[in-house]
Amino acid sequence: MSEHTTSVANGRRFTGFVSIREQQHQGMITLRGDLHSDIVSKAIFEITGCAVPAQRCVERADTCAVAWMSPDELLIFCPYSSVANKEARLSRAVAEEFATVVNVSDARAVFDISGPAWRDALAKLCPVDFVALTEGEIRRTRAAQVAAAIWVSGPEDVRLVCFRSVSGYVFDLLCTAAAPGSEPALYG
Amino acid sequence: MLLLTCPCCGITAEETEFSPGGEAHLKRYGPGSTDDEYEAYMFQRKNPRGVHFERWRHSYGCGKWFLAARDTVTLEVFGTYPAQTTEPPADIVARIKLKRPEWEGYR
Repeated sequence: MSEHTTSVANGRRFTGFVSIREQQHQGMITLRGDLHSDIVSKAIFEITGCAVPAQRCVERADTCAVAWMSPDELLIFCPYSSVANKEARLSRAVAEEFATVVNVSDARAVFDISGPAWRDALAKLCPVDFVALTEGEIRRTRAAQVAAAIWVSGPEDVRLVCFRSVSGYVFDLLCTAAAPGSEPALYG
Repeated sequence: MLLLTCPCCGITAEETEFSPGGEAHLKRYGPGSTDDEYEAYMFQRKNPRGVHFERWRHSYGCGKWFLAARDTVTLEVFGTYPAQTTEPPADIVARIKLKRPEWEGYR
């Protein structure tokens, strides 16, 4: 396995009216294929413990989570230490299917954003009505000029996934959006 | 602002989350067609003031293509429907006729 490549954000933290932290060493696997197929759903359940999520939802079990990214795409979160093993098992399990499995852990960056005002911070960057986004949902959108996926993982916690090539840009964006005293207070 | 609902992921978002893909329901004229047919297919596009059928891609979202019927003047969206549709669905045509009685129809 190749060396773990660090992102530009490199685990940096920032505390404004919400706190931001790049989560390093997050295992992520992309699966593309027919999500309604029995083989795929069985493989997902056996390897992650999660059911195939409903449209725009995230299923969680133990250390894994499975997010619905598009009608034919899932993003699987798992511990970085187990990602190679899980990728290999998933690939074998769906080998007969028209499906692909790729370890994207070093191609994506994950930011943990926490604080009650997370909607106010993200509303500055994304064209999204965050009232409609509830816990356990994931929303793919853009953050300023780059693509991002926003997973509401807890009442006051969200995770933002972006391409690692733009992780430095996204970290700077989030820091600016969360600057103390700049709350737009759109969401009560 | 143009608000579109992606039929593939159910999200309603504003237009900067989407990419425009030009006119919908084009029929390809390739080898064996006449020069006129090929020219019309390749270069001639509708550019109406009013009801128009377009291709859009949810580029910052689920990444899927879909089709939309909208008014190019008022930006009113009459409906969005899957890309695997060869002509406007009957319910959308009926809705347009109700709102734009003067519309001469598709084609």
